[in-house]
Amino acid sequence: MQLPDAEALCAELVKKLRPAVTPATGMVGIHTGGAWLAERLHRELGLALPLGRLDISFYRDDYRKSGLHKSVKASQIPFDVGDRRLLLVDDVLYTGRTIRAAMNELFDYGRPESIALVALIDRGERQLPICPQYCGATLAVPKGKMLRLDRNDAGRLSLRLDDA
Amino acid sequence: MRNPQLNANGELAHLLTLEGLPREIIVRILDTAESFLGVTEREVKKVPLLRGMSVFNVFFENSTRTRTTFEIAAKRLSADVINLNVSTSSTTKGETLLDTVDNLAAMHADMFVVRHSQSGAAHMIARHVGPERHVINAGDGRHAHPTQGLLDAYTIRHYKKDFSALTVAIVGDILHSRVARSLIHVLNILGTPEVRVIAPQTLLPAGVESLGVRVFPDMRRGLAGADVVVMLRLQNERMGGPLLPSAQEFFKYYGLTPEKLALAKPDAIVMHPGPMNRGIEIDSAVADGPHSVILPQVTFGIAVRMAVMSILGGA
Repeated sequence: MQLPDAEALCAELVKKLRPAVTPATGMVGIHTGGAWLAERLHRELGLALPLGRLDISFYRDDYRKSGLHKSVKASQIPFDVGDRRLLLVDDVLYTGRTIRAAMNELFDYGRPESIALVALIDRGERQLPICPQYCGATLAVPKGKMLRLDRNDAGRLSLRLDDA
Repeated sequence: MRNPQLNANGELAHLLTLEGLPREIIVRILDTAESFLGVTEREVKKVPLLRGMSVFNVFFENSTRTRTTFEIAAKRLSADVINLNVSTSSTTKGETLLDTVDNLAAMHADMFVVRHSQSGAAHMIARHVGPERHVINAGDGRHAHPTQGLLDAYTIRHYKKDFSALTVAIVGDILHSRVARSLIHVLNILGTPEVRVIAPQTLLPAGVESLGVRVFPDMRRGLAGADVVVMLRLQNERMGGPLLPSAQEFFKYYGLTPEKLALAKPDAIVMHPGPMNRGIEIDSAVADGPHSVILPQVTFGIAVRMAVMSILGGA
């Protein structure tokens, strides 16, 4: 199937986000693809606060079933989350479970004023009441396939479809 | 035979000893611990992984410090923690030990942290409870203290990055030390080229060389060029017995002073599992000095125990 151009979607997101950001906006990307996208958006938007990164492994709802994720990275939020407007960035929005975990983790850093969700692709099939405020594109992806973001050595972003 | 610590899928179900553990499991524990370190700097110093699980600290031998670090680790993972100090006198028979464990299992314990004065106690409990419940050995006799070995390895990795060019000297009562044994195993698994033990003959186990270490009865020669110096606690009850004449004499030959430490590398780190006997195995000037990483070891110990519990709890 034909996948959209991630670079074009990224530019689209920058355009949508530009009016919404202020010097006080905090941005947090979810490992790994979401953090790549967030790095790009953060740079293009010229955000003042350093970028935050979340690894949601300690908050996943399938820990009892699947155990701890094999390679956990440290989460880092290098700014105060309390009373702040946050942009939470992920590459592909699907069931919504990752976002729930990320929100739970964010609240352990403090009580933000608001969280808006940014996704490059919304592939639908939500299992939780979560929806993105800023979205590059919607795309129906067959069940059993995994849509993910890639980044090459030159920093170029692209989408890839794998068997789950 | 399968490693009794692993379940049918090859995952770590119990942590009993570091001996024979695959390198990738050890590296995974250390990497996971690194991710837990930051949790303690947040507003909420907890993650929800073990929510709804019960961790029983069953200490047949007293150790407030070790028990406390396990308790903190379990609480930071949101587990319910129950501490039990079981007197050794009533449980010297194996049957009674397993009866105790059966009772705790009936109270829906998901994880046991066990300290016992007899080597092999944790193994026996792990065999008894099976892979559905998890057992962590918090020290069994002279045999093993795997989480201490892991936190020592974590500390060394934190300061020295890489094990492949390190010289590590372990000093003191090797004979009675499960800390030394676990550390030697993990250092070997992680590929440390030179592990030295520095001790009088009377405090060395027979055939210690077979563990892959070099023996130095002379502390000065043993410390020469060391990157890491690990001091062991000299247990008071050994003092004045047939193995050791006096504290003063031990300190003279095997106590770590600034002058002896100067023989190690200029950037050497000094470690100690605690609690320290100042003036017996370590001089205060060293314990409080710039080379000492004894307090960071305690902080890392909690993260390492969180890592072990969260990996076991998900297996």
